[in-house]
This record gives sequence, C-alpha cells and structure tokens, in this order.
Amino acid sequence: MKILVPVKRVVDYNVKVRVKADGTGVDIANVKMSMNPFDEIAVEEAVRLKEKGVATEVIAVSCGVAQCQETLRTAMAIGADRGILVESADELQPLAVAKLLKALVDKEQPGLVICGKQAIDDDANQTGQMLAALGDWGQATFASKVEVDGANVKVTREVDGGLETIELSQPAVITTDLRLNEPRYVTLPNIMKAKKKPLETVKPADLGVDVAPRLKTLKVSEPPKRGAGVKVPDVATLVDKLKNEAKVI
Amino acid sequence: MTALVIAEHDNASLKSATLNTVTAALACGGDVHVLVAGEGAAAAAAAAAQIAGVAKVIHADGAALKNGLAENVAAQVLAIAGNYSHILFPATASGKNIAPRVAAKLDVAQISDITKVDSADTFERPIYAGNAIATVQSTDAVKVITVRGTGFDAAAATGGAAAVETVAAVADTGKAKFLGAEIAKSDRPELTAAKIIVSGGRALGSKEKFDEVITPLADKLGAAIGASRAAVDAGYAANDLQVGQTGKIVAPQLYIACGISGAIQHLAGMKDSKVIVAINKDPEAPIFSVADYGLEADLFAAVPELVQAL
Repeated sequence: MKILVPVKRVVDYNVKVRVKADGTGVDIANVKMSMNPFDEIAVEEAVRLKEKGVATEVIAVSCGVAQCQETLRTAMAIGADRGILVESADELQPLAVAKLLKALVDKEQPGLVICGKQAIDDDANQTGQMLAALGDWGQATFASKVEVDGANVKVTREVDGGLETIELSQPAVITTDLRLNEPRYVTLPNIMKAKKKPLETVKPADLGVDVAPRLKTLKVSEPPKRGAGVKVPDVATLVDKLKNEAKVI
Repeated sequence: MTALVIAEHDNASLKSATLNTVTAALACGGDVHVLVAGEGAAAAAAAAAQIAGVAKVIHADGAALKNGLAENVAAQVLAIAGNYSHILFPATASGKNIAPRVAAKLDVAQISDITKVDSADTFERPIYAGNAIATVQSTDAVKVITVRGTGFDAAAATGGAAAVETVAAVADTGKAKFLGAEIAKSDRPELTAAKIIVSGGRALGSKEKFDEVITPLADKLGAAIGASRAAVDAGYAANDLQVGQTGKIVAPQLYIACGISGAIQHLAGMKDSKVIVAINKDPEAPIFSVADYGLEADLFAAVPELVQAL
C-alpha cells in the first residue's frame, strides 16, 4: 500500500505574525517558514507504518510556491520516499488543494492519505475532509491512534468530551491530531540522503484543476487589544478585586 | 434566503453550541431552519423547535445517523441542501468533521470558525492562532460555515414554536463503522460553555498535583477545568480539556491560568475571556501581558490560599 502525505509550508509556529499596515494580509516577508506541525505528525505516522511493513511507499506532496521544495525535503528526511510539488504562485485555498490532491490520488492510487488536521496559518481544518468527499472515501479526522489491519483501518479520534473509535476500509483519509505521535528529529545524514530522493514538479493546469480562490479576503486586521492589566501583591487583594472591581465571583 | 443550522446533540438533548450557531444564522438574514439528524432523537428535535427564532425543524431519524458519522450526516445534509443559501455548523469536533465534506460535495468553499457576520456573504474569522482577523467574502451560491460559539450569544432555548417536519433518513454509506466511544463523565460545567474556568499548566508537575491543586479551586467556584497543551502532553489532564488553537476555544467570564506561561497557541484559545487572572512565579511569563489581574506567586501556596479566601 502507498501512503500519500500532503505537507504545507507555513510560518513557523513560534513566530508572532504582524498584520500589514495596509490591511492586505500578514507580513510573511523574511519570516521563518517551517513544515506545518500537524503535517510533521502525518509524515511520521506514514513512515512508522512503512517501518512496520504496512506501507510500501510514502509520497509527500506539497502545493504552493517553489520554496515548498524545502518542506518536501524535510518530509523526505523524516523518511518519505519521494516528493511531488504542485507549483503555483497563486493563493491556494483548501478546496483547490483538495482538488489537486484528488487528481494526484487518482494517479498514484494510495491506500491511505494522511493529512494534518489543520494548518496553523489559515486555521481552516478542511482539506482532508474535502479530499475524502471528492474521492467519496471514508474519513477519520483528529486521529490519536491508527491501526491498520489488512484492508481495514481502525482509528481512535479525539472528539469533544473524550475519544471515539471508528473503522474504515481502504482507501481512506486520516487527519492527525497532536497526540498521534512525536515526530522524530531529522538527522544530518538523512538530510543529505533526502537531497538525492526524487522530487517531481507539476502545475495545477497539468492536473486539470482550476485553483481560482472562492473566498475573497477583503481585509486583514489586528485583533482587538486587551487593556493593560495590573499585578496584585497577594491573594487577598486578588479576591477583593475579583469580587468588587471585576464582579465576576 | 434561508439558513440551515445543523444541530449538535447526543440524541437526547441539544448541545449548547447549537444555540450560538442559531444566533449566527439569524444574523445572515432570512429564515432559520434546524436539522436534527440522529436516531431516537425526537426529544432533541422537540428542543430545537423551542429555540427562539427557529422557523422550522427538520428531523431525520435513522440508524445510520446514530453516531454522527461524517459520511452519513453529510449525505443527510446534502439530501436537503438544495433549499438553502447558508448551511451552518457549530465549530465543534463534530461540525468541523462534517462541514468541509458538505462544502466539497457542493463544490463551494467552506468558511471556518466565523466570529462575526458582516453581511449575508461577508464574514470575519481569526487566522494565525487568532493573531489576525480576516474579513472574507464568499463568491459561492451556498455558504457553508462553521461558527465559533464564543463569537455569538446563545439564542434563547425557549420561546420558539417551530413546526417539526420529519424527512426520510439516508441509508448508511458503509464508508465508516462506529466501534465505540470513551466519553469522560463529569458533573462539571462543559468547558466551552462554562462561566468560570480554572486552567492548569506544566508547572503543576504531576497529575496528582494537578488534581490536588486545581480541583478544589474549580469546585469552590463551580468552574470547569482546563489545561495547557504542556499539561495535557505530560499526562496531567485529559486531552479534551486542552484550551488553545488546537484544543477548545473558550471565552468565559473569568479565566484563571495557574502555572501557564501563555504561549501564542494557548492564548489563541482564551484571550477573549472577559477577565483573565494569571498566577505564575515567573514575572516575565507572557500570560501577564493579557491578564487583567496578575499574581506573581508560587501556585502551590497561592491557589490553596485562594480557595481558603473564597
């Protein structure tokens, strides 16, 4: 079985982004970019399934600008066998990415697609579900445990209030939650090896997908600032403030 | 123009997130209908009919809908989607699971986690862990939306008298099988709906200490318990208590953060709280920059003292 893992290049999770003064977006020039943390978990899970002998090949896919190659190289350093870059300078929204992935899935015929549950830039949490819908596959979102048993995949999901377990038949789409695994650190020899792994580049037009955005971003603004707070010297003052000033208890 | 709200329920009663979603749907203009899809969910449908502002409840009852599997519920929504300009889900684990599936089948973009309705086609939503607010306009004929509960007031649960219309339930798609669930039983208020939340972080040091220090304070205040990702990853608290960008988004009247440094990802989940209290011994902790009241102290001394003083 092949596993396809979509990975996204995003602003590093430690960076505090700034909104551009003209309200057209956030300033990502000269900001550190990394692989979306949920996608690292997805790559790790796919590589573990390969190490267990469940998967035969792990293919990492990224859609976006040419620099997404770096993200694909990272995925290959974790253990993905090859990479596919769908290169486009246009803004790619989740529906467009899902359609691009669907086209690649039709070509590569993987048994599983493992995606991150959401990207930490647009916070959409849509692509995996949309891909499953387009392919008419089963989906297991927010996975914290994945067990493959022949053609069936048993997935434990993090839901509000606890966990639930579902079973899907292949092919299926899984999206990863934080607790699924701890991604390994990439080592220097593996980074060197990743440079030699194949990386194919295609364009959205080659896949016959229209990537025009359906949502127009009219403006991006700063969230409202909180007023400055005060430090209280002791517990008694804190209780007094909560009771008499804020009146919340 | 009519909006359809997909009710979240456990087949017996409605989840409160449904009420906030109804308010968002009313803000889109036009009538609001509510879909209750489940098995043996007549009580939930009756409760939906009582919500103020709801014009009609559509009740689909069938075995395929019992456990809220995305494949089946999405098929149920699609079966009636033709009549609606807006389809709204609460931005809960369930809503987030199903909404994009419906959107992709309708070939429309989905708008996630809206916090404000500017007009029938223009919405505000936070991006980058809440560090920016995007105003987006949908060019699609049908708007498929998930609604952030803390962005909208809850609609009144009573006062409405909508008709309940029964529709045929879809057949099982057979794409997924529900095997079981482990839902934590708790007498505490639900985290996302609580008025007061007491939250603990890595500084608690162990699960025993977490329970020993945080629980009495929560009990005293009738509060829900939350946790930072660090506390959850370390096993001090259950996953479903995580507050933050990738956990629950909360906005209670009072949020008490004990031993939480205040990483961007945590702040994303709680910075819309009305009053924030931080108890931390590190004076440089970023949590103090959003706290209305900061107490620089060792939480193992301060929290029990706070319980005493209340």
